[in-house]
Formats: sequence, structure tokens, C-alpha cells
Amino acid sequence: MEFPEGLKYSKEHEWVLVEGNTATIGITEFAQEELGDIVYVELPEVGEKVVKDDPFGAVESVKAVSDVYAPVGGTVLEVNDVLPDNPETINDDPYGDGWMIRVEMTDEDDLKDLMTAEEYAEYVEQQKEDEDDEEEEDEDEDEEKE
Amino acid sequence: MLRAIGIDSIEELYRHIPETLRNRAKIDLPEGLTELAVRRRLAELASSNATASDWSFFLGGGIYHHFVPSAVDAIISRSEFSTSYTPYQPEVSQGTLQALFEYQTLICQLTGMEISNAGVYDGASAAAEAVLMSRRIQPTNRRRVLMSRALHPHYRAVIATYLRNLDDVRLEEVSFDGSGATDVAELTGRLDDQSMCVIVGYPNFFGIIEDLAPIQTACAKHGAQLVTVTPEPLTLGLLKPPGQWGADIAVGEGQSLGVPMTLGGPGFGFFACQKKFVRSMPGRLVGETVDTEGHRGFVLTLATREQHIRREKATSNICTSQTLCTLASTVFMSLLGKSGIRRLAEVNVSRAHHARDRLLSETELESCFSGPFFNEFVLRARNLESLLRHCAAARIVPGVSLGQWYPELDDCLLVCVTEMNEREEIERLVGAIGG
Amino acid sequence: MRERRSNGLSEPSADKHQSEAILFESGSPGRSAFYWPVESEKGQTRIPKTFLREDIPGFPELGELEVLRHFTRLSQRNFAIETQFYPLGSCTMKYNPKVNELVARLPGFAQIHPLAPVEFLQGAIKLLYELERMLIEISGMDFISLQPSAGAQGELTGLMLIRACLTEKGNPRTKIIVPDTAHGTNPASSTLCGYDVVQVSSTARGMIDAATVATEMDEEVAAIMITNPNTLGLFEKDIEAIAAVVHAKGGLVYLDGANLNALMGVAKPGHMGVDVLHMNLHKTFSTPHGGGGPGAGPVAVKESLSEYLPVPRIVKQEDKFKLLEDCPKSIGRVRSFFGNFGVLVRAYTYITSLGGEGLEESSRMALLNANYIRKNLEKAYQIAYSEPCMHECIFTDRLQHKYGVSTLDIAKRLLDYGFHPPTIYFPLVVSGALMIEPTETETPETLDAFVDAMHSIAQEAKENPDIVKTAPHSTPVRRLDEARAARKPILRWDPTRVGVE
Repeated sequence: MEFPEGLKYSKEHEWVLVEGNTATIGITEFAQEELGDIVYVELPEVGEKVVKDDPFGAVESVKAVSDVYAPVGGTVLEVNDVLPDNPETINDDPYGDGWMIRVEMTDEDDLKDLMTAEEYAEYVEQQKEDEDDEEEEDEDEDEEKE
Repeated sequence: MLRAIGIDSIEELYRHIPETLRNRAKIDLPEGLTELAVRRRLAELASSNATASDWSFFLGGGIYHHFVPSAVDAIISRSEFSTSYTPYQPEVSQGTLQALFEYQTLICQLTGMEISNAGVYDGASAAAEAVLMSRRIQPTNRRRVLMSRALHPHYRAVIATYLRNLDDVRLEEVSFDGSGATDVAELTGRLDDQSMCVIVGYPNFFGIIEDLAPIQTACAKHGAQLVTVTPEPLTLGLLKPPGQWGADIAVGEGQSLGVPMTLGGPGFGFFACQKKFVRSMPGRLVGETVDTEGHRGFVLTLATREQHIRREKATSNICTSQTLCTLASTVFMSLLGKSGIRRLAEVNVSRAHHARDRLLSETELESCFSGPFFNEFVLRARNLESLLRHCAAARIVPGVSLGQWYPELDDCLLVCVTEMNEREEIERLVGAIGG
Repeated sequence: MRERRSNGLSEPSADKHQSEAILFESGSPGRSAFYWPVESEKGQTRIPKTFLREDIPGFPELGELEVLRHFTRLSQRNFAIETQFYPLGSCTMKYNPKVNELVARLPGFAQIHPLAPVEFLQGAIKLLYELERMLIEISGMDFISLQPSAGAQGELTGLMLIRACLTEKGNPRTKIIVPDTAHGTNPASSTLCGYDVVQVSSTARGMIDAATVATEMDEEVAAIMITNPNTLGLFEKDIEAIAAVVHAKGGLVYLDGANLNALMGVAKPGHMGVDVLHMNLHKTFSTPHGGGGPGAGPVAVKESLSEYLPVPRIVKQEDKFKLLEDCPKSIGRVRSFFGNFGVLVRAYTYITSLGGEGLEESSRMALLNANYIRKNLEKAYQIAYSEPCMHECIFTDRLQHKYGVSTLDIAKRLLDYGFHPPTIYFPLVVSGALMIEPTETETPETLDAFVDAMHSIAQEAKENPDIVKTAPHSTPVRRLDEARAARKPILRWDPTRVGVE
């Protein structure tokens, strides 16, 4: 799994690319894998305000809808117009062509709550381990039964 | 089996239920009956109802007495269709799914709209859902709903019930004029930039075919959506469909296309709209796709709009719908086909106009509205009560009295004439009403 | 130029996965199955030309045998209760008696018009009146409306009654408490009624406890919506205590009666502190599912809510039946006419056939069959909860995970064994849920065959997981690409589009 260095990451599995006062936002490789084939993306309009930690859009797979949360607050400058017709771009290239929105940040301090690539990689590991732990317990139980 | 579970009696399976509940749970109903006894009991109840076969019905008002070819029931009686569940496992539901896909297509063709869902409960709830859909699409400053008073009274009541619990929507009624159609001048005058949608019957409850051109123009000018409601879709075999008039959402009741009257239910509501609104649509949608070997197949799709996924943010709460009835209409429309549906519509128009001519020339009944009609029309009586009594004595129900919903029309009768009313039956009606 | 196809093949094929031609791809211009001579009066000359249409482009042009073959062949591509065991949890796929079908087609029920004078519909109204009394007795409630067309519409109606009652008391309130195990229609109906949803979590044992409800209950909560037995097949033991908590702060209790098949003769909702509930006639009361309806979702209430019930109300005066429209506090109508009368006739027939004792026996056998399955599968599959189950039981795919096999795979593989799968991935609180409800109308032999198939699949998961992961193999189509259907929705046949293959 990739965790590009130049990005910051949120607990809700969004990534942020900071360039001056502009933040480009998308969802991570882990997120798109959990979702499966993405069939539809709900995006805000240019000019809309996004509030930190509030949902700004949603990503739909066949069987689920996931809200996407704003890791930083600001005003929407640009929206990725490839996504309405080709939502699978997020699956294919979550950190590149699969970007979702670009915002003008209102408060740089918002970035302080975000993780580095290393921290996020650990965070994802921990999530996966928790799942594996449960499975191990079951395997032990199975062995006992047999 | 008890041994396999490891218990001595079935009672142990619910011993964990509080005793206070268990002690009072006895169902105090009579003993069960043999099948024969059941059939006799139900036949007795059935025999004390006036049916279209032993009476003469000239009744419409949202439920229509039409011919249903025997092939329709033969198909929907097949238990592969009637005892299957909602097609959540598409690999073993291709029969239902393909039939629904064909149904969606037929409704699009009939209504002239771009997409249709797989059906909702009835025409009334379809109209209510259309308003709710318009609310999802229109911005929050647009919350005025203009509803024609010439729309079916039950539909208006259901729309009001559904909207009562939503604080932001304002439901207003627009009057009808002497032609029996919605008062276009009044409607145009009341439309503004806060208007969400306009709802009119097509045809309306009085059987009048509304001229949707000025209504659509006014809606477009003010940014309001046009919702048409068609309780008698056989009309669309002959009349210009809502899509060609520029409707945004076209709904109605499908009963007249292949479903027996059955005291008004089950039928089904059809729901069609423009393609761009698809994600706001309520109800199930069937889509075409392929399987792992490239063969064409059908699935329920865009399910993320629905309650089982979206839960409180769903476009509707609808789960079980009216699928077997939509299947009946699919078979019906397939049997009638392009020429048949037109022929049947023409027969209805000619019978109804003939009957009205006869009634106006031979009886005391007078014309009420001047607008064009399909198979239903309103006539005014001098003594409606006495007329109804005379007809009942001859086992005729000559129409629906309008006074219960329109006090200003309490001497008026809504008369419906279809292909099921023979010419001699029409003559008997004329005779029973008399001069 | 439209390519014409016929039913059936023009070349021999061993491929049983041949698709059935779409209606619109068959037939021939001018063909119709409908014959009716032209009427001499051309009434349509009386309708202005601006109101007339051209012929309907693309509408079918088929002969009667073509139509019959098409739909008969389509029917053969369906699983159904009458061909396969259908253990869908919370759907109650019991046998749909044929006598119901015969009765519903009697002209005295099928050929009657709802706007005919009531004095000529006495048999029909009497049936409705008697059905009301039957359902009131079964549920232990006081009054009822048969109008709602389905369970979800019943829920909406019930919530509207609650809202009307609280509005009259001065405050409709703003919230509804909904357990995390609730069916999606519960929160969806709440929103439609103008309420916000407050979710409460089930305990580790799968139930809602009164203490949790108490933390959320306040004077802005209008009601709690609770399902009993819940969607895990477990009896909500705390229900009376929960009702007390809610009532103490002026709220009301709504019961989702979808699982009523477990309760007949066991416990009545009316005794549990429930104020309003709906029942699903197409579940507990045997009316056919029809591939997705029609059903019926009557709403029963305690006296305190009866004034708000939808109109018309059915009343008996001496020995005549009348309809009451003048009910000033009523919420109005929720649908046209009387509701799904044809469905109500079938439910009435079923209840009449079984009688009180027969219904009680049905629930007992439903519990027996579910527990039998539970006991027989608990070694091969992980059971979700060790509580005694009622009419349905839940397993997970945890034991199969390590072979890379999921609940979805197990479900698809069951199709190859000729069984309809149980409900999968619901409720959401159980990861990989497999919810099995056999119902009472299945023989022990059928249950054994199902158990054998499940054991076989568990074995396959260990030894040959691929065959499970690529299932189904023997159905009319293989696994379908749902992502494609959602990304580029094709929702109708289109003559201009080139074929998919």
C-alpha cells in the first residue's frame, strides 16, 4: 500500500496536498479499497464553504455510501469534473487523477490535526491488526474445538 | 427434532419470554376450517357485493372497468412470479427483473418520459412521492406547491397527509373553471420564484383533458416543476403524452392497464421523469448489465438511494411495492401492443361520446363542463337522489356523485363509459334515467 | 431496421445461459394479440388534434403465443417458494395457499368498484370489518386501519399518528429513537415524518436495554421504534421496562411487527406497552410476495391513538356496515380507496382457514424449525449470538474468512444447491450476517437438505474455496456486474442502442 510522503492524512482516510494556501483533497488508497468499486461521487459546487470535520460530499459503491469529511475548512475553488462520468478514477489513482476538490484554506491551524505519511501508515496498520486479532482468536477457538 | 435441539418440548423454546406475557397470549378466534368450508364462507361474503358482471357500472373516478385478456392472469398466476421475493439475488430472479425492465421501458414509451421506476403503491402515493422528489431537487427557497382542485380528491388528500409533517412546504389549491380544467389565469397569477411545483391531473378527476401547453409555459417561466397525474393511463394510447408536453415528472395509477378493479387495490402507481433526476427518484430501479461471462442480465440498481442502504437519508421509505401488478400491466401492454392500445382507446372515446350524446338528447341531464374528454364526463341532474334510486332498481350505477367532494357540484354525476359498456346497456341507462 | 428475433434458438446450443430476448426485439410490425373491431363513431374527432399523439414508437407488436412464451420462459428463470426453500430472514417466506388465490378472484371481490354505494358492497365491507377484529385479537391492540399498502407505509402512518397525538398535546417533538438493528425503513419513515433519528446501540447480547434508552429519552423524543423479536431473531426482554421509560417522559412506543410470525400464542404486542404497531400481511399472513409486492401493512393502535386513524373508518350500525369519513382528528388518507383489498381478502382467508389454534401452532413450529437449523449449523458456522433464537437465527462468515470465503460467496454457492440464500449482510451490527428464517411450512426433510448443503459449502470453503468464490455456476446467469449497472445506468430498452454483447 502506498502512503505518498508529500501529503497529510486524516483519521477519516482523506489526504491533503498543501500548496501555499490551497489544499487539494481526496480519499486514500486504503479508503477506496474498503469501498470497492466506486460508482458515484457527490461533490460540492465551486464557491461553497466546507467546514472542517463536516461532510462535504459522498462516495458511493454498489452497496454502501460513505460520507467524505473535510480535513480542513475553506472555500471550494475547483471540483474534479472527471469524476461524475468516471468515478472509478478514484479506485485507479486515488492520490493523483482521483483528487476530489481544491479549497482555499481559511485557517492553517487546521493542518495541525493531520497525520504524516508515517503516522497514517501506522494508523492503517493498527486498523488492520485489530481485524486480524479477532480472526486469530477465532482460529484459536477452532483449534480447541478440533 | 426436539432431541436434535436437546429439549423435551417446544414450550422450552419460549420459556425465556416473561410469564406475564405468555399467560395472556391465547388467540381467541374460532377454530380453523376445511378448505371447502373456507371457500363457502368467502363465496357468501362475495355474493352480497354488486359486481360489474351482474350490474351495469358507469363508474370511473380513478378505478376503471376494462377488459383484461385471459393471458394476463395465466401469467401472473404462475407461482414462479407470484411466490418469489424481491429480486435481491439477481442470478435467480432474472424473470422478474427482465419483466420489470420491460415494464420500465413501456411506461417510458407510454408517457414519453426518459426514465421510469419499477412502480410504487398507487396513483395517490405516486403523486405524493413526486412532490417529495421535487422538494429534493428544488432549492430551499422554493417550497410552494400549487395543486389543481380538479385533481382526484383522494390523491389531494394523500398529498396533504404526506406534506403535513414537513414544516417547510406550503400546499395551495388552484380552482377549476367552467371548462372543467384548471384555471390557467389563476395558476399563472400565483406562480412566483418561490414555487416548487405544479400538480395537475391529465386527464383530471372530471375526465377533462387539460391543455398543458400554457401550464408548462408558466411553470418554465417561473422555474417551477410540472407534475402530471394520470389516473386513467389508457388515455395515453391516444393522447399526447406528458413527456411531449414538457412535464418534469409524470405519475399515475396503472390499474386500468390489466388489473381488475378489486375495490380499488391492489393496483400500482407508475412514476416517470427526466433522466437527470434519476438519483432523486423513489422506488426500485432495474438496470441492464452483464455477468462474468458477458451475458446480458438485469439487476436492481442505484440502490444507494433506498432505505436499506441510505436509511434516514433515503429518497423514500418504500420497500415492498406492487410488483405482481406491474407485471400484469406489462403482459397487458404486450398483448395489446402498438395498434391494440390505440384501438382500445378509440373504442372508449367513441362509446363515451356516444353515451353522452344520447343522455343529453334523451334525458333531463345537462352538460356541466365544456372541455374535451376521453371516457369520463360530468352531467348535472335535476334530482340526483331520485335518479340514483331509479337506476339502482334497474341494477345500474350511473356514475359517481360529486357532492361528497365538491359541494358546488352536489347535483352532478361523474359518468364513465368504457369498452365494457355495451350499446344496449347504454340504452338501458338512458331509459332508466328517462326524461 | 430492427433485427428480429424469435423465442427460441435457430442453432443448437449446449449453453444453458442463453438470455431471453427482450420484448421489443421480437415481433413484427402490425402484429397484435388484441382484436376489437373499429367502432363506427370516431369519437376522437371530438378531441382537438393538438391533444392527439402519433403511434407509440417502440411499443410491442407481438402475437398472443409469442407473449405467453416470452413470459412463461421468463418465469422459469426465477426461484420461488413453490420451487425452492426460501429461508430469507425477516421475510417469512411461508407457503402461499392456493385457496387464497381462488377466493381473491371471485367476481364478488375482483369485479367490485370502490365508489359504488356502500349498501351494494356490504359483503366486502363486512370482510374488512371482520379482518380488523381478527388482527386486533391477534395483536392485543384496540383499533386498526387496513389502509397502508405495505409495512413501510404502515410505519409512516403509525409515526404520523404519534405526531398527531403529540401535536394535540402541544409539542410534536423532534426525535425518534431507533435501535442499530432496525430495518432501514424505520429511520427512512422517521425522516419522512419530519423527525430526526437518534440511534441506540444494542448490547453485546444483541438486545436493547432500558438503561441505554433512558440515557437518550427526554422530552424531545416522540417515540421509540422497536422490533420484537428484533432483526437478530431475539426477544427484546426489556421491552416492558423500555416502554415504561419512554412513557414516563410522554413518549410513545412503536412496534415494527415484521417478525410477528414468532409471537402468535406466545406474546401479544398489546401487552408489552406498545402504543402502535404495523403488521406485514405478506409475511405473517401468507399473502404472496409477488416478486416485490403487493403487500399490506395494517396499523393497530391503543385507544389513545384511535381518533387519529386514517379515514374512512369502518363501523357497524345494527347489522349494516358503514364508512365514516367525518373524523375531525384523523390524519387523513394515506392511500386511495380502501387499501390493497385483494391482499386483505387473502389474509382474511388464511386466518379463517387456520383459526386461533392454527395460528398459535404456526408460531410454535416456526420457532422449532429455526432452532433446529441453529443447532445443526452451529459447529460449521459461527453463531452470532448464543441467546435462544425465536423464528430466525443468525450466523456469520467468520469461520470461513480464513479461506477467503465471504457471506456473499456462501449465498451464491447455495444457489447451485437449489436453495435461495438467507438474508445477507443485514442487520448491520453483525458483520457478514446470514439470517435464516425457515418458517413453519417446511418439512424436517427440507431442513435437513438445507443443513447438508450448508455443511457441504463449509467443507468446500476449506478444500476448494475457488468454487465457492466464483459461484453461482448453474443459474441462468452468473454473478452480475452491479458496479457497471450503477455507473452507467441503462434503465430501459432503447432502439438506437447497439446490443450489449
